[in-house]
Amino acid sequence: MNRDPHARETGDRRWISPLIAAGVALAIAPTFAMTDEIGRWTIALGIATNLPCAVLGCYLVLRRMSLLGDAISHAVLPGIALGFLIGVRFAGEGQARLGGPGVVVGAMAVGMLTAFLTHALSRLGKVPEDASMGVVFTSLFAIGVILITRAARDVDLDPGCVLYGLIEMEALDTVQVLGVEVPRSLGSLGLAGVLTAGFVGLLWKELKLVSFDPGLATAVGINAAVVHYALMAMVAGATVAAFEAVGSILVVAMLIVPAATAHLLTDRLGRMMLVASGVAVLSAGYGYLGAVRLNTSVAGMMSVVAGLLFAAAVVLGPRHGLLGKLLRTLGLSLRIVREDLLARLYRAEESNAAPVASGHGGPIAALAGWQLRRRGLIETGRDAPGLTAAGRHEAGRLVRAHRLWESYLSANFDLPADHLHEPAERVEHYLGPALVDDLSTELDRPTSDPHGRSIPPGEPGRS
Amino acid sequence: MLTYNTLIVLIGTGLLGANAGLVGSFAVLRRRALTGDALAHAALPGLCAAFLIAGRRSMPALLAGALVSGVLGVVIISGLRRATRVKEDAAIGIVLSVFYGLGIVLSRIVQDTEGVGNKAGLDSYILGKTAGIIAQDVLLIGGVSLVSLLAIVLLYKEFVITAFDPDFGRVQGWPVLRLDLVLMGLIALAVVFGLPMVGVVLMAALLILPGASARFWTDRLGPLLVIATAFGLTIGLAGTALSARYAGMPAGPVIVLVGSALFLLSVLFAPRRGVLGRAIREWRFRRDLEERRMLRLLYERTEPSLPTIVPFHPVDDLHARSDRERARTDRLLARLTSRGELRLEPGGGYLLTEAGLGRAAAATRGHRLWERFLHAYPEQATVEADLGRASVDDVLMPEIVAELEDHLRAAGRLPGDDAGGSRR
Repeated sequence: MNRDPHARETGDRRWISPLIAAGVALAIAPTFAMTDEIGRWTIALGIATNLPCAVLGCYLVLRRMSLLGDAISHAVLPGIALGFLIGVRFAGEGQARLGGPGVVVGAMAVGMLTAFLTHALSRLGKVPEDASMGVVFTSLFAIGVILITRAARDVDLDPGCVLYGLIEMEALDTVQVLGVEVPRSLGSLGLAGVLTAGFVGLLWKELKLVSFDPGLATAVGINAAVVHYALMAMVAGATVAAFEAVGSILVVAMLIVPAATAHLLTDRLGRMMLVASGVAVLSAGYGYLGAVRLNTSVAGMMSVVAGLLFAAAVVLGPRHGLLGKLLRTLGLSLRIVREDLLARLYRAEESNAAPVASGHGGPIAALAGWQLRRRGLIETGRDAPGLTAAGRHEAGRLVRAHRLWESYLSANFDLPADHLHEPAERVEHYLGPALVDDLSTELDRPTSDPHGRSIPPGEPGRS
Repeated sequence: MLTYNTLIVLIGTGLLGANAGLVGSFAVLRRRALTGDALAHAALPGLCAAFLIAGRRSMPALLAGALVSGVLGVVIISGLRRATRVKEDAAIGIVLSVFYGLGIVLSRIVQDTEGVGNKAGLDSYILGKTAGIIAQDVLLIGGVSLVSLLAIVLLYKEFVITAFDPDFGRVQGWPVLRLDLVLMGLIALAVVFGLPMVGVVLMAALLILPGASARFWTDRLGPLLVIATAFGLTIGLAGTALSARYAGMPAGPVIVLVGSALFLLSVLFAPRRGVLGRAIREWRFRRDLEERRMLRLLYERTEPSLPTIVPFHPVDDLHARSDRERARTDRLLARLTSRGELRLEPGGGYLLTEAGLGRAAAATRGHRLWERFLHAYPEQATVEADLGRASVDDVLMPEIVAELEDHLRAAGRLPGDDAGGSRR
């Protein structure tokens, strides 16, 4: 009987996370099965690329800093280009790579610098924050592109690859590890993943607090600024690690889209990271498969798949999805129309007027009528529907709520008599039995409403 | 010197830059700068699709495709913002990256159908390449720029209101939403037509840089728009000329860097709002404050014995805490002397001259009025008080000033031009 005090009412149960993990594992398995060894390594590389970005991206999305992630991923380019040029100079053409330890450190510095410059520019120059971010990262990116273009002249490199990566090539560049041919980048990507996991794990509480309430964090003694810049540095690091595989623009996709998708599906941070990781993994696998099928860019397909998963979450998400909202709204409308119909018939009976066959109302009214008939609350009479005994009982409950509310308004507010019906018409649908009992008690169990009509009695045993 | 082709290209890019600068200023004002970025990225799939359908050289078709998918992206962004719990920045980032990914996917497919040689055509839209602009394109660009200009001129007041105070506009009954859509449409046109020039990735810069730079040179919207347009024109021309010199360089980054250089110059050297100008003004203000403080000190020294002026010996009367402070004081006194406000006596003391006495009296009066104001109306301190001003005269209403003066006069503390503070 001891319910977890942190679990909320709707569906937050302990088995959900393992279920998600199992589901993702199950869903990704076919992709591994449907391709060859190179394909499997490429998918593994994709997963290794996307995971750290997705996890770190959760913080960015929650703090509404998605575009700062965008900015950083662009701004690291000059650092990478410089590292690349230096690499070419020292290590020779064949050895030149876009990633490397010095470059990573340099890129992390640039990442922090971007955040700092944006802030400084917007304060110093009184430029709006988004415009100053735009100026800083596009300038840095322009420098980077120029450097890369120069580098590309010395090396046979397509400058466009900085934008969309070379993951197709990465799987071929292998190293012998324990007798198995492993792609070289998996090392640096794996390291990035481990570092990210370590960072997030060790600073879990601090990051959480700084993300949701930096003021409280500072008051409690956590230096919010330090944590913030550390996060920016990690984002820059993950960006650089992912760069070789997916290029700069698509890192943005992996930073934002999985986290945003997860945000639509859950309200808890841990589970959000799990779902984001799931999206990252699935994008890697199915993105690769799709790219092979259509013979196109793997990185591009990965972000498209991520986008499709996001779209699915937007429409089908259980709590926040559009479809769910539509159905809930429809359900509510139907309930209201049903209750109004019953109440109208009741009032017609009361005043012995001939019940008006309601031809108007459209499809919802028709559906409501059909539902009432099915539940045995109304029956189709000779010209028009009439209440059954059960229907009369239901209607009476509603009219009781309506008239009690009118009495309540009349007793507590200085409203003219003809102003009581309208609000009661609206509120009556939301007065549950407990509230109706309270009203009746408070008003001293009245038997007639301000218009002189009798209030239907409540259940025996209730007031 | 200038070949026909070069001229065409220069005119084209100049117009594009000018248009982007003009429309972009509104984007910056409306905090829509990064929506322009998203528009540019979202245009890519449409571009590629049009490429597949209509073929390479049909610029109107390409741009129509870019416009459609770009606008679709923006519509999705605002749809997400309104119908889901996705926040604006995330929505922009999602549309930007997913559409771009789709664009890359389609561009590879295009490559395969058209052959690798034609990849260059599409790449030019990603990083920009101005050399391909022909006379027809210039006419099109010119037409679009003219439309933008006309729209802004005709709807100037409306745009101003929606930029600065949309709620007021709504209350006044203006169709704020529709005006916003018109503005977004103009931005979309500017973006789509700017694409061949700077490419998808750097388009945002072309929208932001001219307006942001112009902001440093003026505080009023009209002049800002004019300056931004001029800057855009300059950036377009200079950037294109430079990138033509270095043949292998994509045009986009060069143009953007020219813009950034211009921006940096504005940040540093614009007279009133630039860093240098502000530093100079601050320095001057501090000097003036120093002088006033010193004069006030001298006045208070000699006030009891007015109209006789008492000499002032800095070594005895001032307790300098360090050599540096003493040196500063000496410099200050020398400055005042050279301006004729102090006179050095043979005995080593300083005497206030007539001019000096006048200025010292004014400084003291100003200071005491501020003191009295803060004493009498403390609750207005944060709203009304501008303690940087030498006196309350320009800040407060004359009645209040008179009241404060009366109070000082009654206490014998209102500096006049003779003993005891007679009526001024």
